[in-house]
Amino acid sequence: MKIFATYNIKGGVGKTTAAVNLAYLSAADGCRTLLWDLDPQGAASFLFRIKPRVKGGGKALIRGTKALDDAIKGTDFDHLDLLPADFTYRNMDLLLGAAGADKKSTRKLAQLLRPLAAEYDHVFLDCPPSISLVSENVMHAADVLLVPLIPTTLSVRTLDQLTEFVAGFTGRRPQVWAFFSMVDRRKKLHLQITKNLTTERSGVAAAAIPALSMIERMSVERAPITAFAPNSAAARAYRALWSEVQQDPKP
Amino acid sequence: MTAASLRDFVADTPTGEDSPLDAVSSALSQTFAVRQEPGAAGSGTHRWTWLDTFDWRLYKAGLTLQFEQARRGGRLVLSKADGTPQAEQPVTRWPRRPGLAEDLPPGPVRDRILVLTSPRALLPIVKAVSTVTVTRLLNADGKTVARLVMDHVTVTAPTGNTAADTTAELPPRLSVAEVRGYPGQARKAADLLAGVPGIAHASQSRFIAALTALGRHPADYTSGVEAEITATMPAPVAVARLLLRLLDTLELNVPGVLRDIDTEFLHDLRVAVRRTRSAIKLLGGVLPAGLAEHFKAEFKWLGDMTTPLRDLDVQLLGFDALTGQLVAASPADLEPLRAFLAFRRAREFRRLAAALRGPRFRAITDDWRKALLEIRDVDGPRRRRPTAAALALSTTGRSFRRIAAQGAAITLDSPPESLHDLRKRAKELRYLLEFFAPLHDQVAYRKVLSDLKQLQDCLGEFQDSEVQRHEIGDLADAMMAERAAPAATLLAMGEIAAKLALSQAEARAEFAARFARFAGPAGRERVRVLLEGRS
Repeated sequence: MKIFATYNIKGGVGKTTAAVNLAYLSAADGCRTLLWDLDPQGAASFLFRIKPRVKGGGKALIRGTKALDDAIKGTDFDHLDLLPADFTYRNMDLLLGAAGADKKSTRKLAQLLRPLAAEYDHVFLDCPPSISLVSENVMHAADVLLVPLIPTTLSVRTLDQLTEFVAGFTGRRPQVWAFFSMVDRRKKLHLQITKNLTTERSGVAAAAIPALSMIERMSVERAPITAFAPNSAAARAYRALWSEVQQDPKP
Repeated sequence: MTAASLRDFVADTPTGEDSPLDAVSSALSQTFAVRQEPGAAGSGTHRWTWLDTFDWRLYKAGLTLQFEQARRGGRLVLSKADGTPQAEQPVTRWPRRPGLAEDLPPGPVRDRILVLTSPRALLPIVKAVSTVTVTRLLNADGKTVARLVMDHVTVTAPTGNTAADTTAELPPRLSVAEVRGYPGQARKAADLLAGVPGIAHASQSRFIAALTALGRHPADYTSGVEAEITATMPAPVAVARLLLRLLDTLELNVPGVLRDIDTEFLHDLRVAVRRTRSAIKLLGGVLPAGLAEHFKAEFKWLGDMTTPLRDLDVQLLGFDALTGQLVAASPADLEPLRAFLAFRRAREFRRLAAALRGPRFRAITDDWRKALLEIRDVDGPRRRRPTAAALALSTTGRSFRRIAAQGAAITLDSPPESLHDLRKRAKELRYLLEFFAPLHDQVAYRKVLSDLKQLQDCLGEFQDSEVQRHEIGDLADAMMAERAAPAATLLAMGEIAAKLALSQAEARAEFAARFARFAGPAGRERVRVLLEGRS
């Protein structure tokens, strides 16, 4: 089981759309895939038409009184399941903090996911925007950290900070794959930063997700764009990204 | 594929204006939005073949094996009778000819069925073509919460002769597939379906439904006698029924022998012939004058025709076990012998096939059936004849007394022929017990049979070892004459002959104890209880 997580400290950068589309593409490849919507806003759950509700809430899942397995819902797509969001996830930091001492509390999600290894080939974690115990848990659980970046100078700084933070982990570290998201081809700065960084820096995917109104239609169609408009430019970009992030980044 | 469960249904009429399928959609629409899902997983046309041995070994073990055909190659899927998957493995193709499990590529299905089916071949039992359509059932959010899978299956019974294949259409099957996390919705859909007139819960698995539609029953072949006889039936009628049943078994195995599908067709055919000969010899007195004499000679001819091929089959089947016993020689040394046996087998097969296709064989089976049917149907109860029970009592008692006397006379100095002769008598008693099995108390029957089997095993080991030892000698002579025997092969054959002599000596040493168990006071009492009942 390989765990991918979409993470960025900022909101509205395309984490959920990436998680939803990459999870769909993984399932379409025939891999048994689970997407865990960790964001209490429940956008990924909404996109799959699944109610953002877990019986017993986040507390039951973190404390283990409800197995993750029992909360999973099938999506409309073969091989793709979803663990829905729940509004109580907003308190997940507190729940994780109560899980035990420092190391234990940062590895709780990894521990909860372990029993699903036989059932799934790929797990996608869609993280809420923050830097918190939840995000630290996600980084410890993930094999691959997918970081969407809006092509601005500040975003690049964020990536540097994140890379440094992960490098400080003792033992197992996730592989960091950044990719540009919401790229506006009319903006010179976007194109320049995208071009420079993808060529100069390792761990930045060549595939970039354009800013297209078609992607916004996902909330109307309530389905991955890769499913309802598989030949669109946006779907092609997600497919290119998916094939790239399954490889190791160039050194 | 799927097990019959509470979410599996059948429509009682296939198609047409009043088809209950039309009502299904409107019933489900009460609760769900119903959408066709073209291209859904599992939809489209599927082809598969259910496989089993001629004697239904997989079915009897509670298993179902199917070869699912794909555009390229396919896969073998082994399931329990209730549909629970057990193992599957890809296979490039299923040969047109029935194949042995040992010829499959290594894989989990082969591992599971090899011992169970060997040495029988896997035959196509039923071929199926199914067209599956999937309908999504949506909740108010437009989310798929269950799926309705509709399956139209056409089945064919392969006969090996395409022109004669029989085909049937199964009533359409509907099943509600649960979407993970929405069990209540699937239950609701199943409840709605159950309320549609003309839709009923599926009570049979698809395999059984397919067999039923083709007019077959599972396990409709057995090599056992199992004649329908009763104690009060006139003896000639009972004997005719018995012999007709044996003739059925014999004839059922002929096509398999002629197609050389596996060695057990010939084995079962020979057993039917041997039983027939024993029945003619031991019970033929109740048949019309002259009939037994004529057919005694005919069935002897038939039995003799089959012996050379069966002997070679036995040698080839046991070849690996034989080479495994070698200590001094290497198994490779015996390969020329295997090739020699295979060459001879091909020759003997052609000879037997010609005989089975010839006029004498056809005359035997046709005339025999005609004569037996006449006895079975014409012989009225008004004639004063012994009953089946009386015949069973007299013949079985006589047979047992004869064995007891012959066996008691055997000493350590007796020639091997005395044991061979006793083996024949024991086999006759075994057949008599099996012929009249429906008339006996089953507990008493099993006790006597168990004693007899142990004696037969010992006598069999003794004689088989001797026969094989002589055969090895004869084969060595023949190979020498045909210059087909390297020295290493002859030495290895010598080692095998020595092993056989040892087995024979061991069997000889065990004889006294086995015979004492069978014919001693306790054994006699068991036979008395069998024939006369408890007093």
